[in-house]
Amino acid sequence: MRVAVIQFPGSNCDHDALQVLTNNLKLESKLIWHNDFNDSSWDAVILPGGFSFGDHLRAGAIAAHSSAIKNVRKMANDGKPVLGICNGFQILIEAGLLPGALLRNACLKFVCKWTNLRIETSHSAFTCALDTNSTIRMPIAHNEGRFFADEDLLNHLTTEGRVVMTYSGENPTGTLRGIAAISNEGGNVVGMMPHPERASDATLGGTDGLKVFGSMLKWS
Amino acid sequence: MNQLFSVEIIISNKPQARDPEGETIIRDLVHKTGYESVKEIRTGKLLTIQIDASSQEDARDRALLMCNDLRLYNPVAHSISVRVRS
Repeated sequence: MRVAVIQFPGSNCDHDALQVLTNNLKLESKLIWHNDFNDSSWDAVILPGGFSFGDHLRAGAIAAHSSAIKNVRKMANDGKPVLGICNGFQILIEAGLLPGALLRNACLKFVCKWTNLRIETSHSAFTCALDTNSTIRMPIAHNEGRFFADEDLLNHLTTEGRVVMTYSGENPTGTLRGIAAISNEGGNVVGMMPHPERASDATLGGTDGLKVFGSMLKWS
Repeated sequence: MNQLFSVEIIISNKPQARDPEGETIIRDLVHKTGYESVKEIRTGKLLTIQIDASSQEDARDRALLMCNDLRLYNPVAHSISVRVRS
């Protein structure tokens, strides 16, 4: 499996993701500058965390209009695994590939801590190697991660099984219904605020993230 | 004959989306200092743009079109108001 990791100016979790894909999962993986991502023959694509374009206007809003997104959109439509982590999730929302909005944390603070996450569905490209209702542990580190949608959209996402992960126990950001990750209709596009790449090596305190990335291999 | 118009675009959270910044300002500053008559504060973002257009109406339409085309706001959570200054 060949996996592309897109770099935007301000991405800062790109190398971490590459490290996990290449060294821990032994996948063919490459960092690609956003302007150079013009090939949709990749099997999967990761939009890493960071502060693309300085988070100006809104987190992810400018990257959502970059030329790289055209190919990301094509891959999403082809049913290939697309994962947005943290800022990558914000970009997927701003690009309209995922619904809703990510607003500033209710506590008005940048929250950086380990969280427990409940897997709400194993029907997604990034949770199919995990059991529904199981709990995994992973850190979050963001300022705008409070998922917002109106009641109709929230109910729709819940009924359709598109809420992928929720915070178990404490809700660290005031996110509606504890939502930490959602997917598109097909389940191949997933956006998540927690950082699986920071929990994919025992030296960093956890390896649950490997199951998130590893799910791509099971997904078809 | 086009001329330059100054247009203000105000982006704010929809009423049903909590605005914790506004809540903090009213709770920890305004009410603590005795301005009890203030009942609500909502924060937002202001963009002032200069735009070439044929009339005030045209300037407003063009600005609105850009806001929607480029998603200068997220319609799920935000509302915008566009007003032409001159």
